[in-house]
Amino acid sequence: MINDFHYLKPASLKEALAMYAEHDDCKVICGGQSLLIVMRQGMVAPEYLLDIKHVKELSYIKFDEKDGLRIGATTTHREIEKSDIIAKKYPVLVAMEEKLASIQTRNWGTIGGNLAHADPAGDPGPVLIALNAEIKFGNSGGEKLVPLDEFFVDYFETQMEQGDLVLEVHVPAPEPKFGCAYQKFNLLDSDMGIVAAAASVTLNADGTCKDVRIVLGNAGPIPLRVTKAEDLLKGKKLDDALFAEAGTIASEECMPVADIHASEEHRRHVLGVLTKRMLKKAFEQAQTAA
Amino acid sequence: MEKQVLRFKVNGDEYEVFIHPKTLLVEVIRDHLGLTGTKRGCETVSCGACTVNINGASVKSCSVLAVQCEGLEVTTVEGLEKDGKLSPIQRSFLDHGSFQCGFCTPGMLMSATAFISEAKNPTKDQIKESIEGNICRCTGYNSIVRAIEAVTAGKYKEE
Repeated sequence: MINDFHYLKPASLKEALAMYAEHDDCKVICGGQSLLIVMRQGMVAPEYLLDIKHVKELSYIKFDEKDGLRIGATTTHREIEKSDIIAKKYPVLVAMEEKLASIQTRNWGTIGGNLAHADPAGDPGPVLIALNAEIKFGNSGGEKLVPLDEFFVDYFETQMEQGDLVLEVHVPAPEPKFGCAYQKFNLLDSDMGIVAAAASVTLNADGTCKDVRIVLGNAGPIPLRVTKAEDLLKGKKLDDALFAEAGTIASEECMPVADIHASEEHRRHVLGVLTKRMLKKAFEQAQTAA
Repeated sequence: MEKQVLRFKVNGDEYEVFIHPKTLLVEVIRDHLGLTGTKRGCETVSCGACTVNINGASVKSCSVLAVQCEGLEVTTVEGLEKDGKLSPIQRSFLDHGSFQCGFCTPGMLMSATAFISEAKNPTKDQIKESIEGNICRCTGYNSIVRAIEAVTAGKYKEE
């Protein structure tokens, strides 16, 4: 049963930030595809609900060859999925969105809400971290821009404090010889991942590994970078044996928990396999990239 | 907590309802407007029985606050027929026997309607994906997919 709350509907971003600053026991709703579930369970029962669904200033997708991609916080998942420029420049984001929950959820749910909810099983977190994204959030006093891999703090917790709203996600322009792949493991396509892995590979002109990122979903309290596995690959000439070894390291480095969907051992095993496969896929993309 | 006025359109008609802000869209549609075609199923964004279209895009009305629909246009399954004539997808469902118990049907029809309005020569896989958010617990998916396929292939025109 959802608790009674006072409904706040700001007409602009400025008004939203001012209202949020004035009300202490306040939660933000945009699409509410995650929030309404936990409110119905009684786990979240705020006195005020601040609705930013129709704050138009935060709904946009912009791309510039130098600056990269900027997505406003209230942009829906479906808008990202259907964006031609994202399909062209960051196909991994479209592939991720196509498997995120259902069409209905993607039509109403937003990228900012998903990231603010900070569910470690969420799909956008690992992919955006692999893409080296930054997130901008702010309150009535100012804004902050942080790398997305520093944004998540713990289960359902981020660096944001009361009064902070997610404003924008920034993904840098793709480097030449870059590839990025993501896959989640689940029983139904539209479910959350039992585990998931995102990997990105950037190659030097001589074919050696310039940079690599491996980010695991539902493998710990936050979208988890496995830096030991990444370090193994940096500077090397990549091959299948190295991908397999990185997978083994990743399966040891991650910290999944057991639940009704899978045991810890099973999760570690699948995370290792997915890491190996996503590295290979990202590497092959990087090799053929312009 | 104070009630407030929600003004929006449902199936082309203007409505003004006086509701608590915590009221869900499915509650307004069923309990305030008496349009009981839209079903309450899981109430956790999983089953899709409550699917309605907002400005043409499908959503699960169990997980949308009604107050967020201020000024928007909602279509429910009751809004598919025009002047007593069933829509193409409704006729196709009848012809293909796309029902068993019928509980998922309103949601299936709304997802299919949104899909058909934007799909161009879809593949069978795309048709299957179009109802990914809708569960049929009788598992009658094949006849539903055939019904959508027939409409996208142009076999049913608006009457």
